[in-house]
Amino acid sequence: MEIDPFIFRFSIFILSIFIGYYVVWSVTPSLHTPLMSVTNAISSVIIVGAIIAGLSGNSENIFDIPNIFGFLGIFLAAINIFGGFLVTQRMLQMYKKKKKDK
Amino acid sequence: MSINLSAIFYLISGVLFILALRGLSSPETSRRGNFFGILGMVIAIIVTFLSIGNFSSDFIYVLIILLIGGSVGAFIAFKIPMTAMPELVAGFHSLVGLAAVFVAISAFLNPESFNLGILGNIKLASLIEMSIGASIGAITFSGSIIAFLKLQGIMSGSPITFKGQHLLNALILISIIILTYLLCFTQSANLFWTLIAISFLIGFLLIIPIGGADMPVVISMLNSYSGWAAAGIGFTLENTALIITGALVGSSGAILSYIMCKGMNRSFFSVILGGFGGTEQSFSSKSKEQKPVKSGNADDAAFLMKNASSVIIVPGYGMAVAQAQHALREMVDRLKKNDIKVSYAIHPVAGRMPGHMNVLLAEANVPYDEVFELEEINNDFSNADVAFVIGANDVTNPSAKTDPQSPIYGMPVLDVEKCKSVLFLKRSLSPGYAGIDNDLFYKENTLMLFADAKKMTEDITNNL
Repeated sequence: MEIDPFIFRFSIFILSIFIGYYVVWSVTPSLHTPLMSVTNAISSVIIVGAIIAGLSGNSENIFDIPNIFGFLGIFLAAINIFGGFLVTQRMLQMYKKKKKDK
Repeated sequence: MSINLSAIFYLISGVLFILALRGLSSPETSRRGNFFGILGMVIAIIVTFLSIGNFSSDFIYVLIILLIGGSVGAFIAFKIPMTAMPELVAGFHSLVGLAAVFVAISAFLNPESFNLGILGNIKLASLIEMSIGASIGAITFSGSIIAFLKLQGIMSGSPITFKGQHLLNALILISIIILTYLLCFTQSANLFWTLIAISFLIGFLLIIPIGGADMPVVISMLNSYSGWAAAGIGFTLENTALIITGALVGSSGAILSYIMCKGMNRSFFSVILGGFGGTEQSFSSKSKEQKPVKSGNADDAAFLMKNASSVIIVPGYGMAVAQAQHALREMVDRLKKNDIKVSYAIHPVAGRMPGHMNVLLAEANVPYDEVFELEEINNDFSNADVAFVIGANDVTNPSAKTDPQSPIYGMPVLDVEKCKSVLFLKRSLSPGYAGIDNDLFYKENTLMLFADAKKMTEDITNNL
């Protein structure tokens, strides 16, 4: 009997939770705000689903209802991706070490 | 592009996201980490386009929408002031939640294109996964909107409670489960819409009873939800990148919520059930008025600090409200010129989101190696001459250590009272969000500075 592919995905999911657990505990507390903005940006990888939804309707009428929801999803996720990564970048640029004595 | 090849690329993008979070373990590696994150996202998007292989006019539409959304996001990212970061993050969470809902709706209405079966006969597992994704996404959306409104000050930060609130919430949560169950048998679109609608409602109801100062927990919690929603959709789409990311974000948010709760010595459930801050208001208001308080002006404060050899600064939400971080840095520069040692002490729940104070200090060009966490610096207070408390209150309250009656008893606090003298910069004697009096105000070595944080800091600088 074959293993259901769902079980494989579920294994990936569980292992990723553990990776997340250990990785996030090692994040320095002073970077918790950038952590939130970057996790926000990467969770917008949901745009993958929105792109599939937007592109794969029937080709005669692109403005089918499922497509429109896909387009809206792409729009929202794109705001998040650009906004999230750029604001993280902006914050991280500000973290500087003490200047060495002149 | 073959399905196996694209799966490998999605895996690579998942790994890059892990590296992005790993980079945040120190500020030096964090910028490279962010680059990995961007790379992972670019790979995921390109692979999706290639594996669909539809480069007709639809592709152009999608690209245009992506770029419009992207420019909106970029515009916000460059314009937003650092003090508004909690609102921004709450707003962004709501977008992830809503995007998850939209993808789920689209998959429900057009399951063929996602290989999930046909309309009205969707595979059972997919239907469950998409219901979970849609439901959590909707909760994230409406919850984040409320958090956003509260942080923005459009909605009052005080908790909104009514009778039977918890019962109502419990009933709605149960009905979400029942609806999901029924949906699996009937595949009815109406049930699906109802499910989404009541999920929006419960997200709203769950956040309104939570007070403004519990926002660090709420934001982290919604961060976690947005991750689980993404993971739910990831299972529906059978996409590894989404599953990995969802799990990472979900556990990240959960850990941050845990850290925030621990910083307040409150259980996660008591925060979620809400209502904190409203009920304890009557507590300890009896003897408040009689106690004498020493208050001073900028001149006194400058004199004290000039004669100190080490100063510890304790910033809090009040500093963010007054936008006093730059003025504070200038004051510190002046102190350093006089060979006074200055460090900053950050309580885990200072501000309205995890790490809020650190970002503001970084914005004001404070080197991050002068900024310390509670455990790192707490022993230094007894050796310091002056503690300068700017816009913080409850996190310095000694009654958390001494008074078992206090609502914040057991909460870890900064040992500010061990300093030789304490300068307390605050607008008035009003208690903090917990509604409790701070004994520190009446201590002999405490000098209260009643003023706007920014103005007072500037005045002190001029007197130094």
